[in-house]
Amino acid sequence: MNAPLRGDVRHVAKNMRVDLRLIADMIAPGARVLDIGCGDGTLIAHLFHTKGCDARGIEIDMAEVTRAIAFGLPVMHGDADTDLAHYAADAFDYVVLSRTLQAVEKPHEVLRQMLRISARAVISFPNFGHWLVRWQLLATGRMPMTPTWDKPWYATPNIHPCTIRDFFALCEAEGYVVERWLAADEAGRRSPWRRSPRLANLFGEQGLFLLRRG
Amino acid sequence: MLNPLSIAHQHVRFADGMVLDCGARLPSLEVAYRTYGTLNGERTNAVLVCHALTGDQYVAEPHPLTGRPGWWETVVGPGRPIDTDRFFVICANVLGGCMGSTGPRSVRDDDKGDGVALWGTAFPPVTIGDMVRAQQRLITHLGIHRLFAVVGGSMGGMQALQWAASYPERVFAAVPVAAAAYHSAQNIAFHEVGRQAIFADPDWQGGRYWQTGRVPARGLAVARMAAHITYLSEQALTRKFGRRQRGAENAAPQSGGGGGVGLGMFDEIFEVESYLRHQGSTFVRRFDANSYLTITRAMDYFDLAQDHDGDLASAFRNARTRFCLVSFSSDWLFPTAESRAVARALNRAGANVSFVEIESDKGHDAFLLDEPGFHRTLAGFLAGCAEHAGLA
Repeated sequence: MNAPLRGDVRHVAKNMRVDLRLIADMIAPGARVLDIGCGDGTLIAHLFHTKGCDARGIEIDMAEVTRAIAFGLPVMHGDADTDLAHYAADAFDYVVLSRTLQAVEKPHEVLRQMLRISARAVISFPNFGHWLVRWQLLATGRMPMTPTWDKPWYATPNIHPCTIRDFFALCEAEGYVVERWLAADEAGRRSPWRRSPRLANLFGEQGLFLLRRG
Repeated sequence: MLNPLSIAHQHVRFADGMVLDCGARLPSLEVAYRTYGTLNGERTNAVLVCHALTGDQYVAEPHPLTGRPGWWETVVGPGRPIDTDRFFVICANVLGGCMGSTGPRSVRDDDKGDGVALWGTAFPPVTIGDMVRAQQRLITHLGIHRLFAVVGGSMGGMQALQWAASYPERVFAAVPVAAAAYHSAQNIAFHEVGRQAIFADPDWQGGRYWQTGRVPARGLAVARMAAHITYLSEQALTRKFGRRQRGAENAAPQSGGGGGVGLGMFDEIFEVESYLRHQGSTFVRRFDANSYLTITRAMDYFDLAQDHDGDLASAFRNARTRFCLVSFSSDWLFPTAESRAVARALNRAGANVSFVEIESDKGHDAFLLDEPGFHRTLAGFLAGCAEHAGLA
């Protein structure tokens, strides 16, 4: 059983999404981590194998949960909107929410729970402020369709799109400290607009934030 | 079929007995068990499999009474999810059982015993906690301090939870399958129907049927039939039997058509009936009615939260055990919501939990059947735990 497990983990780690690498870079070795919406567990496998983290996951898609557990990863079926309330305060050092915030029912409540059960939160989301999105809406008067926002309005699971500047505003309103942030393109390569949220909001396809309680 | 009492089961006897949760003391304790695979030098690769209500210790070998394959041969064996090439697998007949462990069919050995009479209904009530305590005696006797894993379905899952709550430092991983932290009112109700069926059989004779040799076969068979329905699902029954009737000669008399052929009241008309009757009649040949009463009661009493001031999370406070909870989508006896409630309590306690619901139309029995998703999950979870435990 061990040999195929390790082989599989190496396989997924090699093909890990670049934005997951950026997230992993924000997490200290040996930390207790909860990855919300962990999919097949690629990130938690990476954090365990390369950083010795106690990494666990929650995933809503049952097929992904089965796959993750079959890889030997501690993943439970659950929902960001309803399951975070069942964790003890400060149960983790980091909670990760990767490209899921826009799809939950109550994003601000999910954030609140994340920073209750963990000292720090790592959040990535697709940026609705990207120039192509703005241009398409302006020029065609129709909901934008881009590589990031790739489903028609009636079929998208993304019910709460936001922009990078929106997210800064929410953090301020809720009293969260932005320890680090960056914008990246769809593939997860860093964008160079580190100093200007306005430029990042125009040219970044996704935002990545490391928050802590204020 | 052999006489059940004529079989010698592998067992260990603890002459100092055991005090039960009810306060009664068993003067001596016998635990019948089977093992598979080899215990490693460090004694760290032991997996305890806990059986369900009507299961026994013959997990992965032919049953000595029925000759049928072991009840979990698809799960336990070389190259199976619980791989006996890798793990040392132990399964014990539960306390109160009828396959060699101390129970109602044992010779009564307290001061009211005469050395001949059996315990029968005088056997004190036992709990899931008592069963686990008896297993713990066995594990210690085998020289094992920490079990690598405790795995069980249904009542076996209750035992896995109880193990993690009672002996957290002795369980590295626990896999409660199709289980719950308490027995629900509906489940108690079904058990009560079964018990009443046994009581209503004149051959039960107040539980002293061993004196006459006439066993309450009809009552126990009805109990088994009622229980068996709860182990299945409507989809599974429909898929397997539908409304099909037995045999071509018994084919359905169509309304207005050729007379009353097959319109009997007392025959087995539908296939599902003969299936249930078969389940009932084979069961009584291998199981003891008083054991059935004792063990169903033990399940009914089970409420892990109640033992911890109503807070299930506190049963697992500071648990280092890694948990994997598995439920099945069509199981209405131990529905997914019950496993989810356990998972959430474990989250509150800060435990390491995996939890998945396997899609299946086979009802509660799915844990015993060929469910590749479940088997992949179990194998993967154990492999991951083995890595964390440093097992080669």
